[in-house]
Amino acid sequence: MTLNNTIVNEKIQIRDLNLHIGQQHILKDINCRIPEKKITVILGSSGCGKTTLLKSLNRLTDLYPQVKINGSVELNGQNIYNGIKDINDLRRKMGLLSQRPAPLPMNIFNNVAYGLRISGRTSKKFLRYRVEHYLKQANLWEEVKDRLSAPASSLSIGQQQRLCLARGLAVDPEIILADEPTSALDPISSQTIENRFLELKNYYTIILVTHALRQAKRIADYIIFMYLGEIIEQGEASEFFLHPKHDLTKAYLRGSFN
Amino acid sequence: MILRKISRRLKDMQTTIIMVVALCFVLSTPLLIAMGLGYKSMALFREVPILNLIFNSVWEPASGNFGFLAYIISSVLITLLAILIAGPVCLFTAIYLTQYARRAVMRFMQPVIDILAGIPSVVYGVWGILVIVPLVSERLAPYFNVQSTGYTLITGAVVLSVMIIPFILNILLEIFRTLPIELSEATLSLGATKWEVIKHVLMRKAKPGIISAFGLGISRAFGETMAVLMVAGNVAKMPHGIFDPVYPLPALIANNYGEMMSIPLYDSALMVAALFLFLSVITFNAVSRIAIYRLEKKL
Amino acid sequence: MATRKFRKQEETFFIYLMRLACLSIVVVMGLILYSILKKGIPALNWKILTTVPEGGFYFGGEGGILNAILGSLYLAFGATLIALVLSIPSALFLNVHLRKYTRLTNIIRLIIDVLWGIPSVVYGAFAFSVMIWVGMRTSLLAGMITVALFITPIMLRSMDESLKSVSNLLYEAALSLGSTRSEISVRIFLKQCIPGMITAILLSFGRAIGDAAAVLFTAGFTDNVPTSLTQPAATLPLSIFFQLSSPLPEVRERAYAAALALTVIILIISVSGRLISYKFTRNDTK
Repeated sequence: MTLNNTIVNEKIQIRDLNLHIGQQHILKDINCRIPEKKITVILGSSGCGKTTLLKSLNRLTDLYPQVKINGSVELNGQNIYNGIKDINDLRRKMGLLSQRPAPLPMNIFNNVAYGLRISGRTSKKFLRYRVEHYLKQANLWEEVKDRLSAPASSLSIGQQQRLCLARGLAVDPEIILADEPTSALDPISSQTIENRFLELKNYYTIILVTHALRQAKRIADYIIFMYLGEIIEQGEASEFFLHPKHDLTKAYLRGSFN
Repeated sequence: MILRKISRRLKDMQTTIIMVVALCFVLSTPLLIAMGLGYKSMALFREVPILNLIFNSVWEPASGNFGFLAYIISSVLITLLAILIAGPVCLFTAIYLTQYARRAVMRFMQPVIDILAGIPSVVYGVWGILVIVPLVSERLAPYFNVQSTGYTLITGAVVLSVMIIPFILNILLEIFRTLPIELSEATLSLGATKWEVIKHVLMRKAKPGIISAFGLGISRAFGETMAVLMVAGNVAKMPHGIFDPVYPLPALIANNYGEMMSIPLYDSALMVAALFLFLSVITFNAVSRIAIYRLEKKL
Repeated sequence: MATRKFRKQEETFFIYLMRLACLSIVVVMGLILYSILKKGIPALNWKILTTVPEGGFYFGGEGGILNAILGSLYLAFGATLIALVLSIPSALFLNVHLRKYTRLTNIIRLIIDVLWGIPSVVYGAFAFSVMIWVGMRTSLLAGMITVALFITPIMLRSMDESLKSVSNLLYEAALSLGSTRSEISVRIFLKQCIPGMITAILLSFGRAIGDAAAVLFTAGFTDNVPTSLTQPAATLPLSIFFQLSSPLPEVRERAYAAALALTVIILIISVSGRLISYKFTRNDTK
């Protein structure tokens, strides 16, 4: 497996990561690097372990008691599975955008302000300023500025997903983890999210899980292609799409693949 | 061939009719009960206005005084105290078992809950007499400088609370298990601790369910008979403290069925008590169940 | 940061509190079993299990609790049988014929759930007033019917839970093969769910044998073992209840023995029910 030399700064390095759920071997010998301030797309058909890989990056896998993990995931050179002091701080560095939006059971304002509040930033003025700022960044401000105290569940699914984006950005993460964030959305909301990502990558490292080839083509800088728990091929997006090396990759790109 | 087909159709119709009849019968029982108890209650309602029955605490069947107030207050107090004890225990345990505990702990706790749920009311009563009654009369009451037989409001409430724990706990476990894990994942990703996820998000999301579980617990406690009858003291006076005996409605019914035919209107009065019990339990139950069904998106 | 430390401490504090709550439940269960065993084991012997009370259950110190053991078993068997006759057709109808009408079935389930919550003393009082109306005396049969009414919602609902798990695919496949719904009910649903049905029956049997408030009014109490359905019957819960308040220590001993016997019966039922459902779910996932 060739690792591309053009990666300037690596944000995350995964070494020999193996993950079991009970008896099942879900992730097999994962080795890869994720570049800083780029969009890395984890590509693959459903059930190949891409979501699990994403969740293992901020140790959400801890929530599932049957999961066993070996190997290392290094964030800024530090292994998150060994000797990490504060797991909450680690998670705060990585904003999560999941498949279906999961708005917190509170009003719109508090959804965005919640992350700030629990980290001790409670000044009203500060919160108001930040909430507005991040809602604007997520392209939602204009739609909700008059009803910030309405429950978040009253928004449409597309709006909810953008709210989740604003909420994730508000805690000032370094990385955005996005798990098929547009799969439940209408085309317009999807496009908004994609466009946001293209702007946000100047400030954040974005890792996007998707099974939509076209979406990957539109926004990826770097591709990790997975099949049945293994990384088949990884590299620069242009290289990956123009000169795929592995037979499975070629088959997948042709679309003759199940 | 055709004959066989017809006989199959006939058989199908036959079984279907049996099924419908059985189901209709089961579903009509609450109606039958309401009608039966209501009919028997009419005799007393005709003599005494309902409000006089509820807001009068003088109970002298022999002279025609049927005041239910002391019984109602007893029932309400003992139920509230029981839920006050059982509620937090159940809530904390349910959260612990679904959010923090390893699977082995859950595997150990499930039979414990099963056993508690299976122990019959009378056995709880025996336990109450053997353990809680002496505990109250010899330790707890003297600590507060009170003379007490041990057959008191607090004794009944403690026994009752243990009885409703498995019941409430099972519902709460179910509710916490149906909460979407994405919600925890999202909140954790904002840097929250697990406890903050529980406190700010899961509890809020589960609030209707938690309230309903407590509601079901209340209605269960309200109708519980034997154990309470055995330890609560059964004195029909307004209680002034937790070390006073009480006489809840179910105990009244169970204790006096023997002599109810000997005094005029006595039988009717006991049926009024049963009717009141039935209506309040069924209302509480229905409201709580509907809330849970809504939460689980079944209605 | 000071708040970070506080947040951690808050979490630790509540985890301890939760462990305490969990532990208290285990301790209370242990305490209950311990006190029943401690009083019951010395009182329990072969003679007490195999003889009926002599000289009256309340004032006679001699004899045992055979009347109550047999009475309870008869009563619970009879009640379970009646409840079965009502529950199986209802549960099948709900899950086979009404399978596609989710809203209706959910409303019916809601009603059954609410029925489950009616206290047994209400069933007892109701049955008693009906008995007076039709001129029936306290008897084994009256007790059986009353307890059957009381356990039917329990049995029906747990059967229903198990029948619900039969896959739609299987149902549709059978329908397309031309089976009538009644045939599907018996051949597929009932057959598939035998373990669930047994669990439901055991659960209801446990309820039936442990309940006292409903039989208090309807089954009466006697020192003898009933020989026909129209005779009154003693039951274990009532034998505990009545004899525990006796002034004679020998009679109270019988109550403790009866409490232990009842608890053991219930434990056996509950454990075997768990085992069956555990085995069932394990096979299911394989």
